[in-house]
Amino acid sequence: MHISEGILSPALLAGGAVLTICGSAAGLKSIDYDEIPVMGILSAAFFVASLIHLPIGPVSAHLTLNGLIGLILGIRAFPVILVGLTLQVLLFQYGGITTIGINTLNIALPAVLCHYIFKKGASLNTGKIVFNLSVFSCGFFSIFFSAIMVGFSLSLTGRAFLPAAKIAVAAHLPVMFIEGGVTTACVLFLKKVRPELLE
Amino acid sequence: MIWEKNNKTSVVSEIDPRIKLIIAFLFSIFIAVSKSFPVLIAAFCIGVVLVSITKIALRDIIHSLIPVNLMILFLWIFLPFTFEGQPLFHAGPFTIIKEGVVHSAGMTIKSNAIMLVLITLVGSTSIITLGHALHELGISKKLVHLFFFTIRYINSIHREYLSMVNALKVRGFYPGNNIHTYKTMSYLIGMLLVRSFDKAQRVHSAMLCRGFNGNLYSLKEFSLNRTDVVSFLFMISLLFILGTFEWII
Repeated sequence: MHISEGILSPALLAGGAVLTICGSAAGLKSIDYDEIPVMGILSAAFFVASLIHLPIGPVSAHLTLNGLIGLILGIRAFPVILVGLTLQVLLFQYGGITTIGINTLNIALPAVLCHYIFKKGASLNTGKIVFNLSVFSCGFFSIFFSAIMVGFSLSLTGRAFLPAAKIAVAAHLPVMFIEGGVTTACVLFLKKVRPELLE
Repeated sequence: MIWEKNNKTSVVSEIDPRIKLIIAFLFSIFIAVSKSFPVLIAAFCIGVVLVSITKIALRDIIHSLIPVNLMILFLWIFLPFTFEGQPLFHAGPFTIIKEGVVHSAGMTIKSNAIMLVLITLVGSTSIITLGHALHELGISKKLVHLFFFTIRYINSIHREYLSMVNALKVRGFYPGNNIHTYKTMSYLIGMLLVRSFDKAQRVHSAMLCRGFNGNLYSLKEFSLNRTDVVSFLFMISLLFILGTFEWII
């Protein structure tokens, strides 16, 4: 999911950085100082989730959980994901300084979008089927849009990148189902154990 | 902690972290924008020199370069064939295009050069110091708070995660391609969130009891000395020279 340094065109990197700054500013504005510890946990959970590898067929993939974070946080997901990704850059060198902007945008924007699309269906008082379906779609489409955006960033850099971009999107297809399922099971668990986390 | 690298002291680690951040930032942007081969190779050499001054173990450097080069390798599979331009030679049904090879090679040098500069920065500064430096450079206070809380919780969540994985192993859990695995892992993540949430509330209350007023204090005073200024000017002039070459070629 991470796009490495030195691949994308400078214009795209700049655009991504500007949009990420706007999103993060909007997110930070709606966060109180009292809420920062909770945001810190979700950011850390996002980081640790990326270390968890699940088997998919013969290979394994790591979780992203941007759907879950988007569902819980809405626009506040932007700064949370920005911090998580920055730490991944600083600690593991996944991505780099100039790509933090576009990488954050590619992961956080779908999360925020899915929040606004599916939050209504995933509120605590909706019926079981609608609830499960909304939560699954939130996890599924967050990854779906992320993959599309990654592919789009690659193909915007040059037409020659198009086949590689298509393969990258296709490779994410099984991951979308896994993320959808994991998000659903996780949210159902939280609903049972600690419903106030979802409010 | 999961990230503790043995930071040896060197000339680079003594430099003010704010200066290092600014230089790493400018260098990364410059390399990302530049296109000519001689400049990229020069930048790569600067990166190699910087990393070798920092005295980071070769194994750590190679380890850090793996993720970047995996992505580059993925693109190498496609780009030499999909570019439009002069054919270099034919390999069976495929034609290898010169422009594609040139572009991929440039990309490879570029990414590795940027990563070397980043490794120098990260390998010579502790992450907490970097957080304080970001604060000093005028990054939003809330964002820096979030940064510090995240660092704090990554450790505790990761420890919690490892102990839960151990508990699973003790009970004979083996991950496979089945619903049971995915369900178990989802509950594990849910439980991680619940436990860390409780912990965060306890920590936050404890902080309030001790008079936390929203300010972060660094034990290290940042102050610029002569080495900082000299190294800053040196790196900036290097950038200027590279920039001039890029413009001429």
